[in-house]
Formats: sequence, C-alpha cells, structure tokens
Amino acid sequence: MGSITLKQVTKNFDDVNVIKPLDLEIKDGEFIVFVGPSGCGKSTLLRMIAGLEDTTSGNIEIDGQDATHTPPAKRGLAMVFQSYALYPHMSVRNNIAFPLKRAKVSPAEIESKIANAAKILNLTDYLDRKPGQLSGGQRQRVAIGRAIVRQPSAFLFDEPLSNLDASLRVNMRLEISELHKSLATTMIYVTHDQVEAMTMADRIAVFNGGIIEQVGTPLELYQHPVNKFVAGFIGSPKMNFIEVPNTETNETTSLGVRPEHFIISQDAGTWAGKVGVIEHLGSESFLHVTLTNGTTVTVKADGDCPLEYGDSVFLTAQKNKVHTFDTNGNTIKVNN
Amino acid sequence: MSIKNNTRSTLIYTIAAWTVSSMIFFPILWTLITSFKTESEAISATPTLFAFEWTLVNYLDVLSRSPYFTHFWNSVVISLGSSLVGLLIAVPAAWSMAFVQSKKTKNLLMWMLSTKMLPPVGVLIPIYLLFRDFGLLDTKLGLVIVMTLINLPIMVWMLYTYFREIPGEILEASRMDGATIGEEIFHVLLPIALPGIASTLLLNVILSWNEAFWTLILTAANASPLTAFIASYSSPEGLFYAKLSAASAMAIVPILILGWFSQKQLVRGLSFGAVK
Repeated sequence: MGSITLKQVTKNFDDVNVIKPLDLEIKDGEFIVFVGPSGCGKSTLLRMIAGLEDTTSGNIEIDGQDATHTPPAKRGLAMVFQSYALYPHMSVRNNIAFPLKRAKVSPAEIESKIANAAKILNLTDYLDRKPGQLSGGQRQRVAIGRAIVRQPSAFLFDEPLSNLDASLRVNMRLEISELHKSLATTMIYVTHDQVEAMTMADRIAVFNGGIIEQVGTPLELYQHPVNKFVAGFIGSPKMNFIEVPNTETNETTSLGVRPEHFIISQDAGTWAGKVGVIEHLGSESFLHVTLTNGTTVTVKADGDCPLEYGDSVFLTAQKNKVHTFDTNGNTIKVNN
Repeated sequence: MSIKNNTRSTLIYTIAAWTVSSMIFFPILWTLITSFKTESEAISATPTLFAFEWTLVNYLDVLSRSPYFTHFWNSVVISLGSSLVGLLIAVPAAWSMAFVQSKKTKNLLMWMLSTKMLPPVGVLIPIYLLFRDFGLLDTKLGLVIVMTLINLPIMVWMLYTYFREIPGEILEASRMDGATIGEEIFHVLLPIALPGIASTLLLNVILSWNEAFWTLILTAANASPLTAFIASYSSPEGLFYAKLSAASAMAIVPILILGWFSQKQLVRGLSFGAVK
C-alpha cells in the first residue's frame, strides 16, 4: 500500500507562505511527478510528505492514517536526494545496510537484501567501495538501493538526476521507470525538467508559486492545459504565444500554438514573418521566425527543410490546434 | 619578463616568510640554548649563541629540585580532560547550531565569542570565591572545569564551522533511514567530521597546556601544571635564567612535538570553512 492524501496542506517559513492550501490524492502504485520552476514549492511539499519539514496546517495521510506529525522514519517512506546524500565514510554495503541496521533486521536478512538490491541495480562489484570511488550514476544507484531495501510504501525522489550529465540522465530515467514497473510502488518525483516529467510520469502536478496549477496525465497537460503557465511549461520547445486584439471585448487575447502545429508556406498564410536562426537536429529543424508584429515564434519543420536565414514565410496554425487564453492567462477555448 | 617577476616575488616572499618565522621562533631557540648554559653564561653581558660550554646541569638540577613528572601529569590531565569534557558539550551544541538553526543562533554564537573578549581578570574574584566555597582550589577537577569553560566558545565555533560544511541532506537521509538523534550524531556526523573534531581537540589541548593565568591563581602544589612549574623558577630567591630556561624547555617540548606532528591537521582545522 502506498496511497498519500494531502488535505488543505500549507507551509509557512516565518511570514512567507510557500505552500498555499493544497489538496492532492496520490494513488497506490502511481508515479506522480511534481514539476515547476525553481522556488515554486515542489521540493518543500516533498519534504513535508517525507516529514523533514513541519506542516503549518492541513493533514498528510499515508495509507489512510494521519501522518502529519509522524517522524520521518516512522512514515514508511524512502527518499532519494539530489546530492545522493550517501554516507561518505561507509562502503556501499554499509550504506545500503544502514536503514536495515536501524530497523534491527537480522544480519543474514541484511546480507540477502543487500545482495538482492545490488543485483537489481548492478552494484554487486562495487559493494566494498566507498561512495567517493564511484561515478555519479553509480552513487545515485546506491542511493536508490538504500531506499529499495527498506521496502517503503512510497519512494520520494528530489531532483535525483540533476547532478548527472545529459546521457547518464537519460539512462537513469529509464532505469527509474523500469524500477517503478517492477516494484509497482508509489513514487513521487520532483523535477524542474519537464522532459523528465513527460517521459516518466503516470500523472504530473504542475506547481507555480506554491499552488498546483494542474494535475493530469502527461498528454492531458500537453493537449488541454488549463492556463498559459501550464501550456508554456509543458512541451519542448515551449508553446508559442501570439497576442491578437479581440474585437468583441477590446482586450488582447493570447493564442497558443505549439511549434509542431504550424504549417509553413512561402505563398500565403495567417502570419507573415522572416526566418531567423535555424537549428538543424537531423531528424527535424527548428526555425525561429520573427512575425511582422515583432513576436518571435519557434516552428518545427522537417530535418531537410530547404529554408534559409532571411527567407520570407507565412505561418498558419493547424486546424483545431490553437489554444486561446484570456487576459488572466486562463484557457478559454481549446480547438482540438 | 613575467617569469623573472615571478622568481623575484617568490624570492621576496621566501625571505619575508623566513624572517617572520625566525623572529617567532627565536625566543624558543634562545630558551633552548640558554637551558644548556651555566647560570653565569646565561646572564653574560656578551651573549653567545653556540660558542659556550654546553651542560646538562640545569636539567639535572630542575629534575632533582621539583617534581617535574607530577606537574607534567597534571598538565596532561587538565588539558586532555578539559578538551574531552569540552567536546562532550560542544558537539551537541554545534550540531544544533549548525543543523537546527533558529533566528537567534547567530546572536548566540556571537555572544559566546564575545565572552572571549572579556579580560580574565574581570571574573577573577567571583571565580576564586566560587572555587574556595566549593573546595575546588588546587584541584585538577577545578582546573578542568575552568579550562573547559574558557575554551568552550572556541570549540563550539570550530565545530560549528566544520559541521556547516557537511551537507544537511546526509543527516536528513539518516533520519529517513530511521536513525535517532544520537545515532545520527554517532554513526553519521562524528565519523564525517572526525578531522575537524581532531583538530579542535588538538588546539584545545595546546591552549589548555599553555594557559598560565588561571593555573597560577587557582593552584598551589597538588594540581599545579607545568606552567606553574616554570613560574616557580622566578622566585623570591632570584631569577635563575638557565634553570628557568631548562624548566621552560621541559614544559614546552612535549606540546612542541605534538604541534609539530599535527601541524598539517591544525592548519587544515583552523582554515576550514575559510574557502569554499
């Protein structure tokens, strides 16, 4: 079991309210990702769930039991930190054994659990090494191993891949996803990287300024963002926003079009513009087009796109792929 | 051109470093040399550096006249005892200041440090009276207490600086892993901070060993350490420079040797946290 329920949870640091009253239901076995810009409160909320930060008001329930004031070790959760937080003076074996020793598990059982975790995480050859003798990826595996052996009801990951280089990050991303499939344990994963969120999550919670803007599956968020913030945050390259005057209300409306939803023509279209820098990625190209109203938009084109810097083009949004936002940034119409 | 400049500046710095070091070391060297002279040579109007008749008579005199090893043992007990008791108090204090900070932590640290700015003579009377009333005068226990209190601010500050360098996430991880506060300190914090704790201990042993103000005032015969032993050679009978030097040499050599072998640790300890 590993269901977690947050009821009207808030957090204040002195007079600063970093988490505004917030409700969230995390289902057993779910992989939920908290995503948002720096300082949005996602890590604070994770630490509150872990018990490392006090909850100012509201309730945190784990498996139906109120755990708001339960000490971290008694919550049955395991946490993997951004900095790995391994014990540098202990070998890999002792790092993994540490939580088991605290739980007074028998030496024989400790050994078998270590062997099992090391096998899952390819750490068998490194058990007698100290963390300082391991690479970043191996250290993160040890941190995960230390979490696995406790057989927690949920895993909490606080930006665990931030310190790894790009290629290793992709590998570890896959490994964590596979681990989730094999363990089928609840995982809460905090990241500011929306690619990680999109690729790993069953559901994503998008945070902004201490509130959750939207919770949903990656595709729900991508296709039906509730506001301009979510629309701009989810998707890479990000959604383009073009301001257009609304003749009915005399206000400005924002149209959101994703880079892959533009039709490029050299003859006619809704918006005229000039091609700026072109980023060729092989399989696709990204054109940075400056429209006549001064807005620069990113347009996804084929890898062998023949256009060049300075060419005049016309852009038209694909039918039913335009998102419309009111002056407050809320979605007023999604045509798809 | 720049290589030439570099060589010149290296030369200047080297000369400056040797000059300053020699100036600092000269009194110790002079004491050591004087300890091997006769009393008449020690007060000679034309002092000699090496060209004199070397003798061990001062050391033999000092050893036969005073119980050197009793004073030495007192010094060991007082300096080690106060440093160990100090650590027992300073480790939890520094842990809470480094990892469970409140708004007042910085003020508390500054207040602790400010007590070091107080001239010791300012609290001489109350401490003396307290010692008299509690029967602590001329006892090793009394000196251990005083030395612990005197050096506690430095110990807390040094350990605090060390602990601040340890990522808080490691301790949080241990909390998540089920460690109690005691287990967190003993199994995680102390082993990681061992170099810092060692240098704190070392520095406090040296400071306590060299402390003269309180040891001279609060001891008479039973608990007097080596500092009191040195002072006993500037007596109403007159100043015996050669014997005084021999006594000084015997008092400082143990701590000099300890300092020499642990200088790397000490320098690291004192400069820790200065550069990130």
